[in-house]
Amino acid sequence: MDKRKNPASHRLSRLRGWVQAAATLLTNVHLPNFVKGGIYQGAGKTVCVPGLNCYSCPAASGACPIGSFQAVVGSSKFNFSYYVTGTLILIGVLLGRFVCGFLCPFGWLQELLHKIPGKKLSTKQLKPLRYVKYAVLLLAVVLLPALVVSDTGMGDPFFCKYVCPQGVLEGAIPLAVVNTGIRSALGRLFTWKLIILVTVVVLSVLFYRPFCKWICPLGAWYALMNKVSLLGMQVDRRTCVSCGRCARACEMDVDVTRSPDHAECIRCGKCISVCPVDAVRFRYGFSLPSKQPSQPCEDK
Amino acid sequence: MIKAIKPIAQSALLVVGITMVCFGAMRGEADAVLAKAIRLCLECIGIG
Repeated sequence: MDKRKNPASHRLSRLRGWVQAAATLLTNVHLPNFVKGGIYQGAGKTVCVPGLNCYSCPAASGACPIGSFQAVVGSSKFNFSYYVTGTLILIGVLLGRFVCGFLCPFGWLQELLHKIPGKKLSTKQLKPLRYVKYAVLLLAVVLLPALVVSDTGMGDPFFCKYVCPQGVLEGAIPLAVVNTGIRSALGRLFTWKLIILVTVVVLSVLFYRPFCKWICPLGAWYALMNKVSLLGMQVDRRTCVSCGRCARACEMDVDVTRSPDHAECIRCGKCISVCPVDAVRFRYGFSLPSKQPSQPCEDK
Repeated sequence: MIKAIKPIAQSALLVVGITMVCFGAMRGEADAVLAKAIRLCLECIGIG
C-alpha cells in the first residue's frame, strides 16, 4: 500500500507517459487512413481536440482548435468564432496547461525527442522568449486571418500556413508517402514548413519543449487560463521544507512553491515526484479561500 | 480578496464557455469547422 500523503497525485505523475501515449492515440485513432492516403471525414471532426493536432493528419479524429478558429475567422461568413473560443475557455478552465503536459501529441513528441541522449541546454536564461507565443496567438491566429482578407472576404490561416510544423509532420509527410498527387504538388511552402519542423526537432533534443515554451499559441491560451484552471498544483506550506528540489527539477523553469498557478506550469508532476516531504500535489476544484498562508515556503 | 474572486471567475467562465459554444453552434460555426476539418487543409500541409 502506498504510504505517501498524496498517492493519487504520485500515481498520475508516474503514469504521465502512458496518458500521453493514450491521448495521442485517441486524438489520432483512424490509423488505417495512413495506408489509404486519405483523411477521416466523419462528424467527429465537428469537435475540437484539446491539443495541437493537425486535422489533415490521416488518423485525426477531431478538429485542431487553432486551425478551426482560423478557418471560422477567415471565412467570409464569420469574423469571430464563439464556438471554438467557448471550447477553449471550457478546456482552459477545466484543465489549464494540464493539456500541454498530458494530452498534447506535439508536446509528447518534443518530450520523447528530449530523451535522446546528448548535450542538454537550460532555458532559464531564455525566459523572455516565453512571450513570443502570446504574439503568435494574437497576430498569426487572431488578427491576421481576420484582417488580411481577399476580395471575397476570405483570410489565410496564417499560423497553420506559415508556422505550424504539425501539418507537415502529421499531414504532408504521411500523405505524400502514399499519394503521388500530393507528393508532386509540394513546393516552396512545404520546404519552408519542413525547415521549421526540422528546427523544432533539433531544438527539442537540446531544450525541453521549445515549441511549447516559445511558439505554441495553444500553449499561450492555456497559459492565460492556468490562473483560473480548476486543475492546479497545491503546496502544503506547513510541510514544505524549502529544499528547492521542486524548482530545480522543473524543466519549465517554474518554482511551484512561489507560484503554484504559474502560466508556464504544464502540471507534469515532476515537482510531486521529487518532493521529499510530499508537500506538493495536484488539486482539482473551485479555489475556495483557504486558511493556509499564501506566502512562499519559508526556510526552516 | 483575489482568492474570494477566483471561484466566481471560474464559475462565470464555465457559463460563458458553454454559452459561447451553444451560440456558435447555433449560428453555424460547427458546420464551418466540420467543413474545414474533413477536407485536406492545403495550407497546413504546405501546398496552399
